[in-house]
Amino acid sequence: MNDKGMFGAPGTGDTSGFGGLVRIPASTGSSQRPYGSYFDEVADDLERAYPDFADAIERVVVDRGELTLYIKRERLVDVALVLRDKLLFEMCLGVSGVHYPTDTNRELHAVYPLLSLTKNQRVRMEVCVPDSDPHVPSLVEVWAGNNWNERETFDMFGIIFDGHPGLTRILMPDDWRGHPQRKDYPLGGIPVEYKGATIAPPDERRSYR
Amino acid sequence: MNTFTDPYASSRETTEGTVFSVTGGDWDSLVTEIGATKEERVVVNMGPQHPSTHGVLRLVLELEGETVKEVRCGIGYLHTGIEKNAEFRSWTQGVTFVTRMDYLAPLFNETAYCLGVEKLLGITNDVPERASVIRVMMMEFNRISSHMVALGTGALELGALTPMIFCFREREKVLDVFENISGLRMNMAYIRPGGVAQDLPAGSLPKIRETVKELRRDFKDNEKLLIGNTIWMKRTEGIGYLDLAGCTTLGVTGPVLRSTGMPWDLRKTAPYCGYENYEFDVITATSADVYGRFLIRMAELEQSLRIIDQCIDKLELSEGQPVMVADKKIAWPAQLALGGDGMGNSLDHIREIMGESMESLIHHFKLVTEGFRVPAGQVYTAVESPRGELGVHLVSDGGTKPYRVHFREPSFNNLQSTAAMCEGSLIADIIGAVASIDPVMGGVDR
Repeated sequence: MNDKGMFGAPGTGDTSGFGGLVRIPASTGSSQRPYGSYFDEVADDLERAYPDFADAIERVVVDRGELTLYIKRERLVDVALVLRDKLLFEMCLGVSGVHYPTDTNRELHAVYPLLSLTKNQRVRMEVCVPDSDPHVPSLVEVWAGNNWNERETFDMFGIIFDGHPGLTRILMPDDWRGHPQRKDYPLGGIPVEYKGATIAPPDERRSYR
Repeated sequence: MNTFTDPYASSRETTEGTVFSVTGGDWDSLVTEIGATKEERVVVNMGPQHPSTHGVLRLVLELEGETVKEVRCGIGYLHTGIEKNAEFRSWTQGVTFVTRMDYLAPLFNETAYCLGVEKLLGITNDVPERASVIRVMMMEFNRISSHMVALGTGALELGALTPMIFCFREREKVLDVFENISGLRMNMAYIRPGGVAQDLPAGSLPKIRETVKELRRDFKDNEKLLIGNTIWMKRTEGIGYLDLAGCTTLGVTGPVLRSTGMPWDLRKTAPYCGYENYEFDVITATSADVYGRFLIRMAELEQSLRIIDQCIDKLELSEGQPVMVADKKIAWPAQLALGGDGMGNSLDHIREIMGESMESLIHHFKLVTEGFRVPAGQVYTAVESPRGELGVHLVSDGGTKPYRVHFREPSFNNLQSTAAMCEGSLIADIIGAVASIDPVMGGVDR
């Protein structure tokens, strides 16, 4: 371990907090079978119901008792329909965007938690798309309730959901520029003076790793 | 068109048709003017400052006569960027942000968030029993105070004033409990990753028992007013119908889903905080309408009181046990105590870090300024909030701050069903339907 500094501190050993926050990219590993819990059953059922499983699903990750299926965007709607109709995941609990600027060509992730009321099971679908081509097929036709969620993710991350019936901003004003929850969008804020001392806005304060 | 100009009701021509501006006190001239046009379809903007839209919700209604042909919701008036802000604070500070999302159910936001952080840390099973019991008790009290607003304002919006007075009387008692335990009535940031901020103050359990007794007695006032009342039932029965298929495709959860007869309650189906150790019933209705949803909320009050009773019994037995994880690298170092000028850091702790132990000072300083590191990964945790499944999607990159905090707010999803519930109904029924969804705009817009 040559990254230990003089006192065993990892990295540069800078403890001032002004070194800035170092972000590490998302992991790229895939879990091996057996996945445990009901996850093997879900994977088996999906493979049986959807013969193109191996081609459509890039990775299967089981972490902290949750199953995540990384799906190619071209196959997202197909897999979603199979999950809804054959595996009885009747409910999609929205879509959450995540921006990983260092994950080259997979900068924008769309994360869909699914719930099966019949079987009381949960899985998560995740789609990764490049920042230069932020298109993901819309799932409004599969779960109508994704309408507002996709609008929110478009609003906040700039992911364009193809086939959405009306992809407009939902939380920010219509004429807003930029997508506020991306990592390259500044938080903003002004320094605040309190008892003679000035406190910097939150994104300019110390950041510890 | 009329010839005189009314200073309060001006009209102007646009390409879409005549636009009337209403500023109050001008209904007669407005009605005359609209009556003079030959248009069947009128688009009415309702809100976001309308007293019956349950917060800053804007509804765009297309009407033909009194029939609603189309409803569109306009939201975002209360967007505060909490999710973005949380990425710039430590994991512990995040609690203070998320508690302000759904401001009627702050303890549910805190619990959902903390359960997520604990799952990321892998300490879910290390949270002390007493902390979980306190969380459950606080959440159930919170469910009561939230349902009180849902019932009270819902009735108020439909024109019934008295239930609102009764509901806020009860809510006040619950808020007193919160104030006694956490020091604050709303947005307490009381539930923290690893446990709760502090133990119950001495002698609070008998007081809570007394409150439960009073609540149980006073809930009857509302039941007498709202169950079986002819006027109330005419305004609510068969209104805002949404069946199970509609609920699943729209992602609707909570009392609206249970009003279709589906006994779906995360406290039973995916217990957290030890809910599997409590006896209570999941309340359902089969009418799938506004009346059914109000009945569910009223019956859930009693179930919450049942759970609180069991919590008090458990808390009496676990007196003096810890309320925060034992791991000193996660547990907040400072303890709170009541001083001459209100609640603050306990003097014992100040004495220890300033006068006795330099290591304690360093530890305190590091944990408070830096926070703790959370292993990289993502989790989704959900709790049953008064409005349905409150989910939290947390992503960590291994640092001291969240990489992404996303709240799957039940209000946000449930509000989407407004159009499905209201189109084709009368304009007056929109109010009842929206009230039965019980959206909290702080949660919708975050």
